[in-house]
Amino acid sequence: MEIRFILNQKQVAVDAAPDAVLMNVLRDLGCKSVKCGCETTNCGLCTVWIDGKSRLSCSVLAAGVAGREVTTLEGVEEEAAEFGRFLAEEGAEQCGFCSPGFIMNVLAMVKEFEERDAASGSGVWDIEEIKEYLAGNLCRCTGYMGQLRAIQNYMAERRGAAEGREMKEVQA
Amino acid sequence: MLTISNYVKAKTLEEAYELNQARSSRVMGGMMWMRLSNAKVKTVIDLSGLGLDQIEETDKVFKIGAMCTLRQLEQCERLREEYGDGIREAVRHIVGVQFRNQATVGGSIYGRFGFSDVLTAFLALDTFVELYDGGIIRLSEFVNRKPDRDILVSIIIRKGKRKFRYSSVRRTKTDFPVIACAVVTGIVHGEESWYFTVGARPMKAALTERKWKLGPDESEEAIAAYAKEIAGEFDYGTNMRGSAQYRQHLAEVLLRRSIRSILTEDK
Amino acid sequence: MTREKMSDLSYVNHPVPKVDSESLVTGKAVYTNDLAPSDCLIVKIVRSPYAHALIKEIDTARACAVPGIECVLTYKDCPDKRFTLAGQTYPEPSPYDRLILDQRMRFVGDAAAIVAGVSEEAVRKAMKLVRIKYEVLEPVLDFRKAKDNPVLVHPEDNWRSLCSVGADNKRNLCAHDECGEGDIDAVIASCDYVVDRVYHTKANQQAMMETFRTYTYLDAYGRLNVVSSTQVPFHVRRILANALDIPKHRVRVIKPRIGGGFGAKQTSVSEIYPAIVTWKTGRPAKIIFTREEALTASSPRHEMELHVRVGADKDGRIRGIDLHTLSNTGAFGEHGPTTVGLSGHKSIPLYGKTDAFRFTYDVVYTNVMSAGAYRGYGATQGIFAVESAVNELAEKMGMDPTVLREKNLVREGQVMPAYYNERTDSCALDRCLARAKEMIGWDRKYPFYECGNGKVRGVGVAMAMQGSGISHVDTGSVAIKMNDDGFYSLMVGATDMGTGCDTILAQMAAECLECSMEDIVVHGVDTDISPYDTGSYASSTTYVTGMAVVKTCEKLRGKICSVGAGYLGCQAEDVQFDGVNVTNLKNGESISRKEIGNKVMCFSNEALSASEAFSSPTSPPPFMAGIAEVEIDKETGEVEMVDYAAVVDCGTVVNPALARVQVEGGIAQGIGMALFEDIVYNEKGKNYSNSFMQYKIPSRLDVGRIRVEFESSYEPTGPFGAKSIGEIVINTPSPAIANAVQNAAGVIIRELPITAEKVYMGMMEKKKE
Repeated sequence: MEIRFILNQKQVAVDAAPDAVLMNVLRDLGCKSVKCGCETTNCGLCTVWIDGKSRLSCSVLAAGVAGREVTTLEGVEEEAAEFGRFLAEEGAEQCGFCSPGFIMNVLAMVKEFEERDAASGSGVWDIEEIKEYLAGNLCRCTGYMGQLRAIQNYMAERRGAAEGREMKEVQA
Repeated sequence: MLTISNYVKAKTLEEAYELNQARSSRVMGGMMWMRLSNAKVKTVIDLSGLGLDQIEETDKVFKIGAMCTLRQLEQCERLREEYGDGIREAVRHIVGVQFRNQATVGGSIYGRFGFSDVLTAFLALDTFVELYDGGIIRLSEFVNRKPDRDILVSIIIRKGKRKFRYSSVRRTKTDFPVIACAVVTGIVHGEESWYFTVGARPMKAALTERKWKLGPDESEEAIAAYAKEIAGEFDYGTNMRGSAQYRQHLAEVLLRRSIRSILTEDK
Repeated sequence: MTREKMSDLSYVNHPVPKVDSESLVTGKAVYTNDLAPSDCLIVKIVRSPYAHALIKEIDTARACAVPGIECVLTYKDCPDKRFTLAGQTYPEPSPYDRLILDQRMRFVGDAAAIVAGVSEEAVRKAMKLVRIKYEVLEPVLDFRKAKDNPVLVHPEDNWRSLCSVGADNKRNLCAHDECGEGDIDAVIASCDYVVDRVYHTKANQQAMMETFRTYTYLDAYGRLNVVSSTQVPFHVRRILANALDIPKHRVRVIKPRIGGGFGAKQTSVSEIYPAIVTWKTGRPAKIIFTREEALTASSPRHEMELHVRVGADKDGRIRGIDLHTLSNTGAFGEHGPTTVGLSGHKSIPLYGKTDAFRFTYDVVYTNVMSAGAYRGYGATQGIFAVESAVNELAEKMGMDPTVLREKNLVREGQVMPAYYNERTDSCALDRCLARAKEMIGWDRKYPFYECGNGKVRGVGVAMAMQGSGISHVDTGSVAIKMNDDGFYSLMVGATDMGTGCDTILAQMAAECLECSMEDIVVHGVDTDISPYDTGSYASSTTYVTGMAVVKTCEKLRGKICSVGAGYLGCQAEDVQFDGVNVTNLKNGESISRKEIGNKVMCFSNEALSASEAFSSPTSPPPFMAGIAEVEIDKETGEVEMVDYAAVVDCGTVVNPALARVQVEGGIAQGIGMALFEDIVYNEKGKNYSNSFMQYKIPSRLDVGRIRVEFESSYEPTGPFGAKSIGEIVINTPSPAIANAVQNAAGVIIRELPITAEKVYMGMMEKKKE
């Protein structure tokens, strides 16, 4: 069956079987960042966004994304590279196999939390909350500490940059 | 491995129901569990176009569409105001955010899985299920029905002043529960009533109720005795995650703590 | 390199980001399955449903008839010459007990047939149509009853053991040995305090995120090209040649980026299947292990039962350690004879004042999945037992377990009789323990403190050691050449499996050659091109291959000087190379590296390249101390990780960021082993732990806080004073957490994992007493 959807801001049409899984369809479309780690929805490696929300592409029927917007790491390469630098500074990408799914969920989390902060005016992120948000992303190399340090440094820089912008506006 | 020959995004509930009358049809929820089966499905029916992904509220009920995700439950402010952190507590351990963005309430309830936190939680509340053909029936009745060809449309919780506690023990934080307990209390027909569910025993959640009048100054011993009585009412089994004996002990501890927590809130 | 110069280092001892980090964090197609051609045949395995059976009949006709099926192979199609899948230096200590496909099935999941076809769908369909009639046999499932059991796992006559490891297939014995020094029985008999206990560690999965996978194709010369996620490309070349019974020169192995290994990929788990398909059909083929296969037909840690006797005098001097290990190698002997050795040789030497020791072991075959190599490689199991026994000894003596250790731990300059009489020339174990105590606040918290909400927190301690490569065996060679504009190509045979060895070896080269990281291009492993390396295992890369880098760069520097001197028209003795220029010290004239690089490509009789190898007669142990703080629910027995303080002496820390992550990752894996991970079989030998739903590795909510520091010694035989880090880091959590539970709840758990239920039952027992 033909399925049309938006992949990384571009309209695509694919011919896929009714039981084709989104993960495989995306890989066939060249999005090799999407990885499979478990087949039982436990590892988070296949995380992509569907309409902006983190989902496990290993258990999404490709047919079901018709008309929706799918984003993989290839579609957010700049943000990925930016956060990735913080990850690499800690050496916390390690084997890198879980990095794409992890980074997708980190970026989704940052977006969600920042939107919430913008609405509520608060800006304090609880570490436990971060850990809980990312608990579905398994990593066997790092022990998770370096990933958390990377997130904290990344957030600090984003806040710094945001505050810097505000300062400039005040000065202007 | 699951195979599917035909995918239909239903345009109406009626269409979905008609399609589902064939034995080889399946309604898809979040595809979390169905995908792991070896089923040969002729037609898979997608309900995602039917607006069943809303949590609606009236003065009398919360109506949770079958296609609502567990994440929606977790983030619903109104449910939180009404029942405290219990609802969130019941789902936040389930694998991860991505999983909960996908797993549906309908799928969780329809599956009647032994490990289901969602079932354990809702069963303790004044909950009904809306079936396309079968109408509205109590969840406690639905739980014991054999799966049939009907379609689960929504979960309806009848409002009423309730106190709700949910707790579970897990081997890892995102694992299936070794045991899961919900305790609900409130005035029903003018009488103080207590509802207890214990799930993951590892059999599916079951409910028991009591017309108990408990005060905030209830002694620890008394509460322990109540918890022991309730925990003793259920049967337990042994699997990889725990023995029957240990599960019963855990149920007792969790029930006692929940009762204590509710009574302390009254103080 | 001397200690004084450490602070002058530009790259070594700096947290340089990994050379491949950018492509990894942007999800580039760099792993095996990303690179496999789309026309590869899909290869899958039909697996045995029985733990022990003989194939009586196998009918492939219907399967072959499925459209798109290229071949269905059975034992009749495979050479009847046994080999091992263990990635070890020839002659391998692991017995030659495998065929690609065998008539005898030895565990639930053993390979019965290979199906290859153009699509996953066709292959799955064909798999169901392979008709096999089995004669079901009684399996040996209890490893305690395996030795001399009438049921033999390997009764075949062409089974053979290449090394004298005490193996005897007619006794289900994969290895046996005894060693010791002094009269252990007399020493133990004369001790004031003796602990005599049995400990049990389970099989554990490495659970790297990328499962086993390989693709194969024939090149223009008709050679078998193998692209595989492996830690041991050179060993895979030999293994495939053995398995297919073809000359080694017909095989080429290439290692792309790897999604983790932890030892799993030191066994050639997946390569033989697409290899035989390609060899038979001439067509490219690939196999991707499902997670289920990776959890049921792979190479997990050896289950071990360890009987320890430890004795001390009344002042707390540990006078003797007696250890007997029973190791379960499962259906095949991969790494069986070697892992067991570490259970004693890397645990007993932690204590430096003993009068005697004895270490004996049996390794047995059973009808469960074959074990293999997993980070720690037997040391993990042995250290759990010996460290737990020492903690029990401390309790028996009424002594703080850290104080007991301070009195006995091995110190720099000591000869370690149980470690092949090697002397430790670099050991900061005493400082590691002292610092770990400070970090956790041991003196305040030991043994436990109440939290006031029905919960209690306890602290527990353990020490560990490992090796740095296999002495007299492991060989790392390195080649480096200078190119135009003076950039260098560094060619290594060591396999970066995500740990960052390409980076740290480049750091060392940059340090030696006084150039920037960007001036060095690292080439991953290709057995046709890369210089020989035994592979990335046994904690060898930093130490062994690192020394080869240092030697190679020194040689190249000499060549650069002599070539530069030639261009400057002076003697090589008169010039100096500072990384940028070669300068004639007599007249100040100089020529840049860039100019040399370009000039040497024209009218030159000198190749500006060098290659050196390194192998060590010793294997200097890294050391560490780990202290766990856990919180226990006194009613449910739930154990929650609160804090973990780890202090490591890996000699000079080559890359502090990468080393830290190694430690944190190893500890998290160790926490998994200690608290959660277990491979559970039913009474028929079926493996229940067959998915990440059932085999639970820790999520980020399960590990608590992990804090790491380094207390460096300086290893005179290592590159820049470095030792290893990769494996030691998994060894302390199990005993330290068990000790913390002991101190908090008074319950001693001697069988892993330490589940809440075991702790609760223990507390109940204690109440009864």
